[in-house]
Amino acid sequence: MAETSTQPVVRVERLSKHFGQGSARVDALRDIDMEVFPGQVVGLMGPSGSGKTTLLHCVACILEPSNGRITLDGEVVYDDHWLKADLRRLRLDKIGFIFQYPNLLPFLDGSDNVAIAMHLAGQGAAAARTRAIELLDYLEVGHRKHAMPSQLSGGEAQRVAIARALANKPRIILADEPTAPLDSARARIVMDLLRRIAVDQGAAIIVVTHDEMILDRFDHIFRLRDGRLEEESLSAATPTDVG
Amino acid sequence: MNLAYRDIKHNLLRFVLTNFGLSLLLGIVVMITGVYGGLIDDALRQARAANADLWVIEAGTNGPFAEASRIAGDTRELVSRVYGVQRAGSVTYQSVQTELNGKPLRMFLIGFESGRPGGPRQLTGGREIMRSHYEMIVDRSAGLTIGQEVPLGTHGHKFTVVGLMRNEVTSSGDPVAYITLRDAQALQFESAPPAARREVARGGALQSNDQINAVIAKVSPYVPVKEVAAALSRWKHLTALTQDQQETLLSKFVIERARKQQGLIMVLLVIVSAVIIALIIYTLTMDKVRSIATLKFVGAPDRTIVGLIVQQALSMGIFGYVTGLALVLIFKPYFPRRLVLDPESVAIVFAITVVICLAASTLGIRLALKVDPAEALASSG
Repeated sequence: MAETSTQPVVRVERLSKHFGQGSARVDALRDIDMEVFPGQVVGLMGPSGSGKTTLLHCVACILEPSNGRITLDGEVVYDDHWLKADLRRLRLDKIGFIFQYPNLLPFLDGSDNVAIAMHLAGQGAAAARTRAIELLDYLEVGHRKHAMPSQLSGGEAQRVAIARALANKPRIILADEPTAPLDSARARIVMDLLRRIAVDQGAAIIVVTHDEMILDRFDHIFRLRDGRLEEESLSAATPTDVG
Repeated sequence: MNLAYRDIKHNLLRFVLTNFGLSLLLGIVVMITGVYGGLIDDALRQARAANADLWVIEAGTNGPFAEASRIAGDTRELVSRVYGVQRAGSVTYQSVQTELNGKPLRMFLIGFESGRPGGPRQLTGGREIMRSHYEMIVDRSAGLTIGQEVPLGTHGHKFTVVGLMRNEVTSSGDPVAYITLRDAQALQFESAPPAARREVARGGALQSNDQINAVIAKVSPYVPVKEVAAALSRWKHLTALTQDQQETLLSKFVIERARKQQGLIMVLLVIVSAVIIALIIYTLTMDKVRSIATLKFVGAPDRTIVGLIVQQALSMGIFGYVTGLALVLIFKPYFPRRLVLDPESVAIVFAITVVICLAASTLGIRLALKVDPAEALASSG
């Protein structure tokens, strides 16, 4: 397991989320407590309908929980209600998101798909472009910076999407089934990449996955069933030093 | 980073094809505006061509364009003697239809006295009428050439085209032709030979054709026109209209129905354009729902999303308008009636296009603002 600092980047306390009322009420999350520290790559696993995606959406601030508390990078953002008015800005500054599919903007080339996140955060065009190319080089797809998304392979597109998630140096990276569309070899490459990012950038990475083949890539695994945190286990991941 | 520009560049062919269709629609709006402008301009040209200060007509009528007006041929001499009148000329107006080379030819004939007010303004070819009979000056839209002969009237006289004008047509698009007053009076007031012989056989007197439709008067700049008009109207058998009153009669009453029809077509076209632009923008936004969800998810503020849609809507409107205007200007000479596109109306149609685009984009904006960022997480790739 990776050596961690004492302050968690993501802290979830007594988090609950239900949909509907009365007999139609569905409790998607029940009293979830979870902490993720800088440099950690944690897995969020469970059968379909267990609530893992709901939990990820709540942490990503795109779904309002019913109650509980969420602290991101030392800042309480939810305490039975949202404490931040501009959740998009919060996502832009603190959270990087890697989708199951790359979700690249089809009308921007590789480097602009990365630069757009920095552009939205207010960075100048030249600085954004320079960092975008650096990130693409770091993820070994620098040679595809001018390629349009339709010209990229699945693995290349996913790396560009990861570069976009890293653009604003977020402390938290959330990944929703990032290896689902990839074969096992490429899935391992992506997971190794995420581990490297966690170490290099001191980011906390939460990965929702069904893929049992990549369990050894996690520092920590949270298993959910019927909205409850059923099991919290340490993975057999190779210890990694966090800078 | 201009997302609207990048999206247009990415889907350039679709943008060009969509805009070509839109440009045809906006071109029709511009064309109808030109027809509307032409209708008013042509109607007023008839009155303005005479360069009159006063129109002396039959009492109680709104002649000579709005309704018939007949006054005695010597009225011009009467009018000339009124204090303040500098020059006066007798005129007649009539629509004629003849046949030339097997095809019907409609014209609006103006009879005038050479050297007096009421004659043609400016010739673009040929010469003035110099003989007292059977010569004519005609607008180029009639398709006649110098030296060509045109049969007119019931006596079978042929009129030779000696001069040509440009843009002298009636509000219905018929070319205007000028002939001498004597010829015009003969055409308008003389009966056909069989009818005249019958009248003589019945014991009736031979009708005099010394009648005119109006007298056009130029007033001294030192005498108020209204004062002269009031003096002329004191004769119970005459009415004097100022140039402004004549123009009001023409624009407000003579072409009122046509104006309303054209206006209605314009309004309907603007509504149709607005609906089509709104649908195009809505469809384009629908195509981008996933991109919009992704943008929202990564943190794009609403103004970025709204900017993307509004900029694309405006690009489409401006591109479509400019192309439509260019098409109208290219094909204007081949249009069956005169189009008048003054800078003011061109600017107004442009402003309307911009407003339509902004209004139409609200539908797309509504859709975009409703897009849930979580749609970016949907499993379809």
